[in-house]
Amino acid sequence: MSYSGAVPTARSRAMVRETRHLLFTVAPGAFWIFIFLVLPSAYLMGVAFMTNGPYGLPQMPLSLDAFERLAGVGFLGWSPGNLYTLLRSLWQTLVSTVLVVIVAYPVAYYITTCREKWRPILLLLVVVPSWTNQVIRAFGWMNLLAPGTPLSSLAESLGLVAPNMGLYPSNLAVTLGLVYNFLPFMVLPLYAAFEKLDTAQVQAAQDLYASPVRAFWHAVFPQTLPGLLAGTVLVAIPAFGMYVIPELLGGGKGMMLGNLVANQFAGSSNWPLGAAGAILMLIATFIGLFAMRRIGKRLGGGEEVVI
Amino acid sequence: MSETMTAETADHPGARPAANERGRANHKASSIEMQGLHKRFGRDTVALDGVDLDIRAGEFFTLLGPSGCGKTTLLRILAGLEEPDAGSLVVGGKNITETPPHQRSVNTVFQSYALFPHLSVRENLAFGLKMRGMPAAERHTKVDEIADFIKLGDLVDRHVDQLSGGQRQRIALARALICEPDVLLLDEPLSALDAGLRSQLQVELLRVQKRLGMTFVFVTHDQQEAMVMSDRIAVLNGGTIQQVGAPREVYERPVNAFVARFMGHDNLYTISARKSDRLITALGELTAEDAGNGELLLIRPETLDLLPGAVEGPNHLTATVAERLYRGSHAEFRLAIGNTTLQATVNNRGRHLPEVGETVTVAVAPEDLVTLHE
Repeated sequence: MSYSGAVPTARSRAMVRETRHLLFTVAPGAFWIFIFLVLPSAYLMGVAFMTNGPYGLPQMPLSLDAFERLAGVGFLGWSPGNLYTLLRSLWQTLVSTVLVVIVAYPVAYYITTCREKWRPILLLLVVVPSWTNQVIRAFGWMNLLAPGTPLSSLAESLGLVAPNMGLYPSNLAVTLGLVYNFLPFMVLPLYAAFEKLDTAQVQAAQDLYASPVRAFWHAVFPQTLPGLLAGTVLVAIPAFGMYVIPELLGGGKGMMLGNLVANQFAGSSNWPLGAAGAILMLIATFIGLFAMRRIGKRLGGGEEVVI
Repeated sequence: MSETMTAETADHPGARPAANERGRANHKASSIEMQGLHKRFGRDTVALDGVDLDIRAGEFFTLLGPSGCGKTTLLRILAGLEEPDAGSLVVGGKNITETPPHQRSVNTVFQSYALFPHLSVRENLAFGLKMRGMPAAERHTKVDEIADFIKLGDLVDRHVDQLSGGQRQRIALARALICEPDVLLLDEPLSALDAGLRSQLQVELLRVQKRLGMTFVFVTHDQQEAMVMSDRIAVLNGGTIQQVGAPREVYERPVNAFVARFMGHDNLYTISARKSDRLITALGELTAEDAGNGELLLIRPETLDLLPGAVEGPNHLTATVAERLYRGSHAEFRLAIGNTTLQATVNNRGRHLPEVGETVTVAVAPEDLVTLHE
């Protein structure tokens, strides 16, 4: 009896110690997340369901006004402006992500085929542009695409744009800016995937009668899928919420959801509407992540793809 | 293969083995002729330096050698994964030197197995058939057949990462066999397995090969494994073939010191002088039945008899036991003779095993002595 009594005491003491350790290690992080994620998110939620005050600040009573405004219902009846902005955001995200993949995939592969001593340098070259401020890079694109520049003149002479319009400001300029901006975020995870590529699998596929194209599809692509999905998340989510690039390169017709939200907190001053827009972005992002997970699981053959 | 396999696995395994073997052997096996194969990597690394080799149809042929000897390169050239710089490769009477891997009726069991981790076992097994355009229903039947054949029928719907090493090995074998290739290549397929499983799979692999009568080209660095498995062995070193022959030939009559050492022989002595068939070495004078003209004398440890005490006689050497390793079924001795030593292996038949320090007489039969070149 004395034996059976002693054991639980020792065990419970160990448990207390373990709990204390856990508290010490987890608490700072949990505190951080609470202060900088949970509280602001709750605040944002709260604001979204409040009414717009005279100076754009939220006030009581609670209402769904902001969401109605977001859906396009205004004093003058329904207008599709915000819907267009949402669709434009989705479209720009889709197009720029696809373009980023198309550019990054061969680049990442090429870097892995280079001599080992060159690879860090090449990767550095991919990353270096992102060390410059986003605004400055956007201005760089303005200079390249403005009316009268060689690129714009070329596009005009080919009849791709109206005379004297130039390539900037336009949706195309936004797309270019997004692709340029997010390229490194796709190249790096893809490079990581290519670097640990199991070439034996590729050879096994060839050995089992797969032509080079099919060997790529069945043995290379599935191995790079985790990198591709990770890159897609890193590119698509920030691109969807992008503010600077459409602001500078898009002009009035290039506005994306990020600009809509930003404007509500600054110029047009409607905090509840801005908060509602932010929530819409969050929901869209979660739907996107969920869809990616499903795709990853299906293509990865049930394997968990890290997102 | 399909008919015979169904007959065997579905009803009575081994009911008419003779018929099956004959049917299969006629159906599939292809011979391989390699001529003047050269392969160089980069500027300085010569992987193959002129390899001529004929492999017979239906043979279990082993490429044996240390790492870097070119055996894997040779196998990869057979698979089409590597292109030779010079030379030709003919399989089943067809020159396939330039044929890309996916157009060769040659399949490989890779050292790392190279199973597709994103596919199920069934999809892995069906991969080759799918690439060749076999309809899904037919593939399904084929996969079930082969899974039964390798006794892993219950695993087909698992995922690759749920398999043990031995199971993966068998799936990799089945994935290659299912395509019924002219030649099956095996790149050290057992090297990742522990000893027990390894010898079990050696036997299984051998049975599969005999049953299918397919030409197997097996790569290994393990001479024991090569001897157990092979109809014939080619010993490679430095990108050239040193010797081709049946296991007994290669082991008992190695053509040079490299092959002898690689087959595990340590008792090599320089012949300092010859008097007709009498050879003078550091051990003393020995008479060989077939003295040849080599400058080295090979004495296999297991051909030696140990007699207690000093006994005079022809081909008798007096020695002192320097070391004794008792191994249960046999004992290994290191014997001091003059300034040199001699290894001897004696079967443990329950008789007296000499102790360290004891004086013994080593007796060797003239027909067991082999001379060879450096």
